[in-house]
Amino acid sequence: MESTTTKPDEAATEKPVVTRRLDRVFLELYNVAAFVSRFFKEVLMPPYEGKEIIRQFFEVGYKSLGLISLTGFITGIVFTNQSRPSLAEFGATSWLPSLIAIAIVRALAPLVTALIASGKVGSNIGAELGSMKVTEQIDAMEVSATNPYKFLVVSRVLATTFAIPTLTMYTIFVAMVGAFINVNANEATSFPAFIEQFFGAITYLDVFSSVIKSFVFGFTIGMVGCYKGYHSSKGTEGVGKAANSSVVTSMFLVFIEELLALQIVAALRAV
Amino acid sequence: MKKPEGHIDHNNVVISIRGLRKSFGDLHVLRGVDLDVYQGENLVVLGRSGTGKSVLIKLIVGLLRPDAGTINVLGQDVDTLTVKELDQLRLKVGFSFQSSALYDSMTIRENLEFPLVRNVRNLSRQEINRAVEESLEDVGLSQTINQMPSELSGGQRKRIGIARTLILKPDIMLYDEPTAGLDPITSNDINNLINEVQERHRATSIIITHDLTCAKETGDRLAMLLDGRFERQGTFDEVFATNDERVQQFYHYNFIE
Ligand SMILES: Nc1ncnc2c1ncn2[C@@H]1O[C@H](COP(=O)(O)OP(=O)(O)OP(=O)(O)O)[C@@H](O)[C@H]1O
Ligand SMILES: [Mg+2]
Repeated sequence: MESTTTKPDEAATEKPVVTRRLDRVFLELYNVAAFVSRFFKEVLMPPYEGKEIIRQFFEVGYKSLGLISLTGFITGIVFTNQSRPSLAEFGATSWLPSLIAIAIVRALAPLVTALIASGKVGSNIGAELGSMKVTEQIDAMEVSATNPYKFLVVSRVLATTFAIPTLTMYTIFVAMVGAFINVNANEATSFPAFIEQFFGAITYLDVFSSVIKSFVFGFTIGMVGCYKGYHSSKGTEGVGKAANSSVVTSMFLVFIEELLALQIVAALRAV
Repeated sequence: MKKPEGHIDHNNVVISIRGLRKSFGDLHVLRGVDLDVYQGENLVVLGRSGTGKSVLIKLIVGLLRPDAGTINVLGQDVDTLTVKELDQLRLKVGFSFQSSALYDSMTIRENLEFPLVRNVRNLSRQEINRAVEESLEDVGLSQTINQMPSELSGGQRKRIGIARTLILKPDIMLYDEPTAGLDPITSNDINNLINEVQERHRATSIIITHDLTCAKETGDRLAMLLDGRFERQGTFDEVFATNDERVQQFYHYNFIE
């Protein structure tokens, strides 16, 4: 019953262009706020779409696993290789595993995972829900007494919220493997020594803040994709736009959140 | 062909609409619609493209909200129902979409199961399978059960869409252009199906169509949407017995004479 369509700016016809634009911005902000708050309202209310959530979780994992394995591994190798000369200047290449551990766990793994997922999963959700909206499948769900917001949106957002942290852990692992191969080939560091240095350099706060950050990234990616799809305009063009703007918006938001997380974690470190 | 009228209960109004208005911005689509649909009746709604026929039935199931007026379905005022009450009502109202609206990530079987599995508790696997197979047989598409919607033709999709709405055995059926884009033989099958649903389930139906053959075959009564209102209602012959040019055009362009 809660209508998904936005009110057309009725009063806007005779207003100057600037006011009309502003109206539209506020209307959009209102719609976003309503869409997001509906999530928190509905996520706690039964019935729970357990099966659908799990299916979507694996879908997210399955869709991005290949690409994340590749990028994570390459990131590990490349970052190690590029950092070596600067450390070599101080004769400190033995510190490579520690440096890499900090870079990967604190920044690279969450960011790489979130960006890949934005491109792969976010666009997919945007396109899928967009085409369901355009071809009246969402309306069809509603008239067969299924809450489409809960079935489609809540399940996808929960799936990405939990899948992205899981994938981030995995990215840390493959990036570490990449880094080890490079360090082993160049400095002949043994595996136990590498592991000891790697994990010696990171703190619980590092891991904890990365996981929390990834939850936020996952929530963002799912939410943006669903919002864009759910509000896509009619026609196949609308579907393309929904997919495209899902990627652009969620990547943008991921960087903003990364910046905020940096401030928060820095403040936490200070205490 | 004259249909027997035995099962229409003229004392029992199942859908009652009064003073219904709906606009989109400056576009005033419905401008004071009044309509009564009786138990067991097949009401055909005619009207040119864009006159608001689809909007009308979307208002009836609460997919859109009216700007003014009341819609009473099975004794309940649609606009004042809670989400839960509306869902209960929707289970009694089948809505077959103009665009079919099949879930394209699901097989035909899963499409048909969807309303059943989600709304009827404690059904055994066999009961579900039987219901699915029966519905498919009704529309003559048993062989498509394991296919994806994208593999079917437009006409087949339309019939699956109808089967999916029939599976809950609704009291009211709303068909949005059930024969549009179908060949005459398949159209005839659909017309027969609509009449069968009326006879077998004692269902009440609103049938939106441009197809006058369909209107004639299935409709006990016709209502023509002109300028946002039902100006002409009656049997097929009554509706077209007028000099009103808008109505005459509708008739003449439909039949090749
Ligand atoms: N959600 C909506 N937002 C804005 N305008 C809409 C919406 N739904 C319908 N309209 C407009 O209302 C008018 C009537 O639409 P409707 O779909 O009811 O026409 P119709 O009579 O079913 O036509 P057709 O025979 O082509 O299906 C159209 O001009 C359409 O653009
Ligand atoms: Mg229509």
